[in-house]
Order: sequence, then structure tokens, then C-alpha cells
Amino acid sequence: MDSPVSSGAGTDVYLADSVKVAAKILVVGHFAVGKTTFVGTMSEIRPLTTEETMTQAGAHIDDLTGAGRKTTTTVALDFGRLTLSDRLVLYLFGTPGQQRFAQVWKDMTLGALGALVLIDPERFDQSFDVIGLLEEYDVPYAVAINRFDGGVEHPLEKLRAALDLLPDTPLVTCDARDRASSTEALMALVRYLQLRASKELA
Amino acid sequence: MTNDPTAKSDAPDLVRPYVITRGRGHPTREGLDLVSLVIALPGDESPHILDPESTRLLALCRGGILSVAEVAGHLQLPIGVVKVLLSDLMDTGLVATRRPIPSAELPKTQLLQEVLDGLARL
Repeated sequence: MDSPVSSGAGTDVYLADSVKVAAKILVVGHFAVGKTTFVGTMSEIRPLTTEETMTQAGAHIDDLTGAGRKTTTTVALDFGRLTLSDRLVLYLFGTPGQQRFAQVWKDMTLGALGALVLIDPERFDQSFDVIGLLEEYDVPYAVAINRFDGGVEHPLEKLRAALDLLPDTPLVTCDARDRASSTEALMALVRYLQLRASKELA
Repeated sequence: MTNDPTAKSDAPDLVRPYVITRGRGHPTREGLDLVSLVIALPGDESPHILDPESTRLLALCRGGILSVAEVAGHLQLPIGVVKVLLSDLMDTGLVATRRPIPSAELPKTQLLQEVLDGLARL
């Protein structure tokens, strides 16, 4: 029988036996904003793609038969892994931001610490949907402007106003191709999550 | 990359997800999260008649600890299907999860500090 794991993948496919806790952070944003790049930059394993298949009752206007026909939608999720200590592993899930993937969102957001919203400053208006979804599912988030070469530099405060972010919501810049820069963006998110958690306790 | 045996084929799936799960859309166990950590238990599967996908899943998990999402990614099966198969294998005592919804069991502030410390060490 074939090996269940790619022969070139090596032994580091698996987690260390000492790992006891898994945490999850979502990396969200509109199409082609750099989610896959970000996950790939941070991941210690070759990023994996998996599919969530959804079956939903066909309640479309064009379904005149009323036969309750079902439609199946497949959503691809990219994810990567970061072992942060002997006992702790962090998973990053690149999540599509379309409203119609609501069932996937329910699954993805369950137990997630928070989300990093990647934004292309030239197309920031395409991020309203995904930010709306995070608020709907009560997922705390930070916003990272993914800088593209030659992109126009918008003043951050102008973008903050345009995105209608709360004063506390972190707004940082990052380069999804750069590990140090991407790590900084994640740390800005986690510090914000700490601030929120301490307020909840107070 | 082109010789990667785990690379996704362009061919349509020959077996529909519902066939693999014998028509079931939901796992028998609640609480299997994308990041639940799965581990194979020592034991003999021969008394159980396993379908090919469960056999592959068990072989994968015997190599070490993986999350549910990684199991799905390596086997190229939808997450919903993997949850159903894992639930069955848990019922037969062949696999177990380290924690059902791991991050929920640790005080949030402690977990966040550990994540931050880990990121700072990268």
C-alpha cells in the first residue's frame, strides 16, 4: 500500500509527541489578497489544502419545481502549522470571505482565538464583507495592510476611517512574503486579544 | 512538485463523500474540531472491517499526532467525511483525540501569553 504521506514530506509532517494544546487563528481577506502567501510564509509544514463540502437545500428562485433539490458547494481551505513550544501548536487557516460559505465559517470560527484581516489598500472596499462576517460571528480581529510592490501608500488613519474600524482595533502593515513582518502582524493581533481578555476579566 | 504523490488529481472524484460515510452526514461524536489532535491507539484493527479510507486514515495516524484538518489535507478527503470516519474509529477504540476542543480547556489569558511568547521566539 502507498504511504499515506508524501514520500518527500519527511518526518516533520507529524507534531512532536509533547504537544498538548492546539490554537487556531484565521487569516481572512478578499480573493487574491495574499492569504495563501501569508500562511505559506509562516507555516513550518508545506501548507495543506482541504475541502469542506456543503450541501444546502436548493431554495433558489430558478428552482421552479419545488422539489427541494440539493446543491453541493466545495470550499477550499489553506492552512499551515507553527509549533510555538513543546506543548503548544498554532494553526493558521486561510479562510474565504464570502457570505455564502456561512457553514464553513461556523466551523472555522469555533474555538478560534481571533482573525487577521489582510487588506490590499487599493481594494480595501472588497474587505467590508469579510469584516462584517467576523463581527457577525463575534471573532475579534486585527487588520494588516499587505503591502504590494509599487502600491500607493495610503495613510493608515485614512484607511482606518474608510474601514470604519473601532479605535482599539489594531491596524498594521505587513509583507505577507516576509516572515518577520508577518510574525509582527500576528503578534499585534495576539496583544489585542490579550487586552480584550483582560477587559473581560475586569 | 509534479511528482508529488499527494498532489490533487484533476480527475473527478470517483467516490462521492456520502458513499464513504455510508450516507451519514454527521459524526457520531460532537466536539471534533478542525484542530482536535488525533492519535492512533495501540490495538488490533483486524476484528473490525474497515473501509479503504479508514484504513488509510489509521495508517496515517499511526505515524504520529496530527490535527483533524491535517488528516483531511493529507488524505484529500473533505473535513466532514474525516470527522465521520474518525468518530467511528474512536468508537472502536482505534484512535483518540488529545482534547476535544483544545483551546477551550486552558484559561484564555494563559493561552494567549503562550502564543505571544512562542511568536516572539520565532
